[in-house]
Amino acid sequence: MVTVRTLFWSYMARFADSFFPQKFGITERDLERYLAAALSSGGDYADLYFEYLTTASISIDESIVKSASQGVTLGVGVRVISSERTGYAYSDDLSPEQIVKAAKTAACIASGPAQVEKTGLESGAPKRNLYPVLSPPCEATLLERVSLVKRADEAARTADARVFMVQATYADSLRHILIANTDGVLKFDRQPMTRMNVLAMAREGAGVPQQGYSGGGGRVGLDFFVDNHSPEAFAKEAVRQAIVQLDAIETPAGESIVVLGPGWPGILLHEAVGHGLEADFNRKKVSAFSGRIGQQVASPLCTVVDDGTIPSRRGSLNVDDEGTETQQNILIENGILRGYLTDKLSSRIVGSKGTGSGRRESYQHVPMPRMTNTFMMAGESDPEEIIRSVSKGIYCANFAGGQVDITSGNFVFDATESYLIEDGKITRPVRGATLIGNGPEALKYVSMVGNDLKLDEGVGVCGKEGQYVPVGVGIPTVRIDRMTVGGTAQ
Amino acid sequence: MNLADLAKSVIELARELGATDSEVTISEGSSFETVVRMGEVENIKDAGSRAAGIRVLSGQRAGSAYTSDLSPQGIRHMVQSAIEISTIASEDPLAGLPDNADFGQLTGDLKLYHEETFQLPAAERIEKARLAEKAALEADPRITNSEGGSFDSSAGRRVFANSRGFLGEYRYASCSLTAQPVAKDNGNMERDYWSSAARSLQDLETPQQVGTRAAARVLRRLNPRKVPTQRCPVIFEQRVARSMVSTIFDAINGSAVYRKSSFLAGKLGEKVAHECVTVIDDATIPGLFGTSPFDDEGVASRRTVVIENGVLKSYLLNSYTARKLGLKTTGSASRGVAGNAGVGHGNLYIEKGTQSPEELIKSVKSGLYVTELIGHGVNILTGDYSRGAFGLWIENGELTFPVAEITIAGNLRDMLLKLEATGSDLEFRGSVASPALLIREMTLSGQ
Repeated sequence: MVTVRTLFWSYMARFADSFFPQKFGITERDLERYLAAALSSGGDYADLYFEYLTTASISIDESIVKSASQGVTLGVGVRVISSERTGYAYSDDLSPEQIVKAAKTAACIASGPAQVEKTGLESGAPKRNLYPVLSPPCEATLLERVSLVKRADEAARTADARVFMVQATYADSLRHILIANTDGVLKFDRQPMTRMNVLAMAREGAGVPQQGYSGGGGRVGLDFFVDNHSPEAFAKEAVRQAIVQLDAIETPAGESIVVLGPGWPGILLHEAVGHGLEADFNRKKVSAFSGRIGQQVASPLCTVVDDGTIPSRRGSLNVDDEGTETQQNILIENGILRGYLTDKLSSRIVGSKGTGSGRRESYQHVPMPRMTNTFMMAGESDPEEIIRSVSKGIYCANFAGGQVDITSGNFVFDATESYLIEDGKITRPVRGATLIGNGPEALKYVSMVGNDLKLDEGVGVCGKEGQYVPVGVGIPTVRIDRMTVGGTAQ
Repeated sequence: MNLADLAKSVIELARELGATDSEVTISEGSSFETVVRMGEVENIKDAGSRAAGIRVLSGQRAGSAYTSDLSPQGIRHMVQSAIEISTIASEDPLAGLPDNADFGQLTGDLKLYHEETFQLPAAERIEKARLAEKAALEADPRITNSEGGSFDSSAGRRVFANSRGFLGEYRYASCSLTAQPVAKDNGNMERDYWSSAARSLQDLETPQQVGTRAAARVLRRLNPRKVPTQRCPVIFEQRVARSMVSTIFDAINGSAVYRKSSFLAGKLGEKVAHECVTVIDDATIPGLFGTSPFDDEGVASRRTVVIENGVLKSYLLNSYTARKLGLKTTGSASRGVAGNAGVGHGNLYIEKGTQSPEELIKSVKSGLYVTELIGHGVNILTGDYSRGAFGLWIENGELTFPVAEITIAGNLRDMLLKLEATGSDLEFRGSVASPALLIREMTLSGQ
């Protein structure tokens, strides 16, 4: 197995043998010509992003496979940067005429003579492969894939008599990219992605129905969906959450001690700090974190990183969408703000080394600084001891999402599974509630960090300025001494 | 080949390859976006794209596929993919196209396309963006920074055809002008925006208006306070009240209703809101953003009364959800190029009332005037509602200081019944619209 994998990758390592030269006959000479057209009206930098994306999705609802779809998207985006200006154009036609036309359109933004000396392209696959999926799911039979949603449906329906509605979705994609820029970088990559989700609704008699949601995935093959990632495991988890909610009482409103469970609740970091540290906002000085490097923005117990290099994770990339290798970036170290997440444009402007955080939704989109997998390093406390330390508070085990206002720093995250903590014990479940805080302040109230760091299951999507990209989050059990909980009980 | 002919040829190809029925959507669009920041052009994006999607029925099994490759090979691959994937779908007795009698389209000019909207020279588009930002920056010395002024425009064409002989096509265009100033005072920094969108350039607010309104909005947010946790009346400002219309849509969406995953499922004919609440969906009003001649299954657009004086009159349905519920389609099918048709809306709005927003504010002794909401804490199944809010505090009928870092919560069943007054300030700035709304009581969570 290992030998095959190695062979496969070394085969990919020659540009001429990679996807775009093979399928569309694109040569290095072509790329140089397109880059030259992009700089034909001036500019400091230009890049090309070729994308060929195949997708499949299958959903089951009322035990009927109602929707099954597959698709192909291809195109190329051309960007020209001149000082702080960006010109962008794209084409869904890979003919040389159309690519040159797009390059010239993007070029229109620049003026004056080209400021870049012609450089040759240095080709290469990324030096590593974080997602060596031997057979991508798109090569599996449709029957194999449809069986996953059927199994999830069956498992959820039989898990509990109170379940009245189940929906399950499976989706996979395989993205081939090729990036060339006037810094001489030529990178290509093959990025698999797979995911499944289960939604279950349950009702007790004539009471209010409730729902639970579960799922998982990553840059993985179908062999991922076994054991605790099996469709049955996701189904049972969705049903468990729905059933728990049947007994939920109103959430107390107001400030409270909050304990976050491990895993998904890491969305706190994504909203409270991650977005505020993206370099575009800081270059423009519109983030609540602008100009705060070196300052205390969290309790000394907090070390937060963004790491695009964790094998097989949903947020991971061999190279970012500008061809820069991803890395582990320390955002906050022992409570002190250490760094921002940069893309090409922001690192060019501030003269720093890129952090490999330039991402885009597709060839139709301009790259910008984004997160990959964002999490807090484990601390030393025993999770049970953290809960025992709280006489009255809220324990949040699961979240649906969140949002942040970068400038004021106010953020929310939406709890879907929470409980009261009374006298050091987790007691009754409470209803879904929004938690609100202020980014540079909220983590200062972290008073205990557990030794149980866990990453999420791999279904996260982050939206920024209309662009959606897959991300991951993670956190150990954490105690926050003060946070506002948006409940209805007083 | 023009897009209509291409659509017909796709239908023909699907028939040849064995599809019992099929429907195809082809869209073509161009967009131009520009951002000017601190007086300098920061971003210009100029591009066009095309895509096609097909849904086939092989007997009672449905499959769909899409492609951005409209070459003959690309199209053939798409049709084959759709037929191939239909083989793994289940037999669904209710799957299928709408009934033949339901096909149709509005005639006459719906004013969705104005030639000049997309023809403005680039320099003039940039100038509008620059002037909008400038107006905001010059409005007050506390506005020293900005996320920019932007002018976006787009134009496109949509073609829909099916194997029953329906063929429809329309063009559309729109443009928008936005300013996003940042203000700073005593170490507090806030942002806000104002945006004007229209189908024609003449209907767009001027850069001066956009910049000035954005500036006024950001200035009133400076130095917010957190207020104590309490129950109090809440007024949703017009712009943020639109989110309540989107929430109502989620609850009357036929897909949620037939699955019983909405708190409004099974409530037809019942009182679900205060008697001042009337909700209309109308896809026939010329020139608006939710207007189209036909829905995404080829059913003629129409006007549907959803809630009348507080009583639930109709859900919004496509042909599938209508069959599931034993009702008639409301012409509300909606789809992109990928997947099955879901349910969408035309111009969905809450009917305006008689009191101005100022009069609504005057009627509140102590409460919250919400200007922005964040987060997604709305559960359509249970009706539970909990979101982060920004706004202004109302004291003795007057707006006083700004408020932030609070949440408002309640349950939608109760909130709709307590929605006691609607403002007179209904404006159509998108495909959902609402006047200001007064809810008698919600739980505010703060200090």
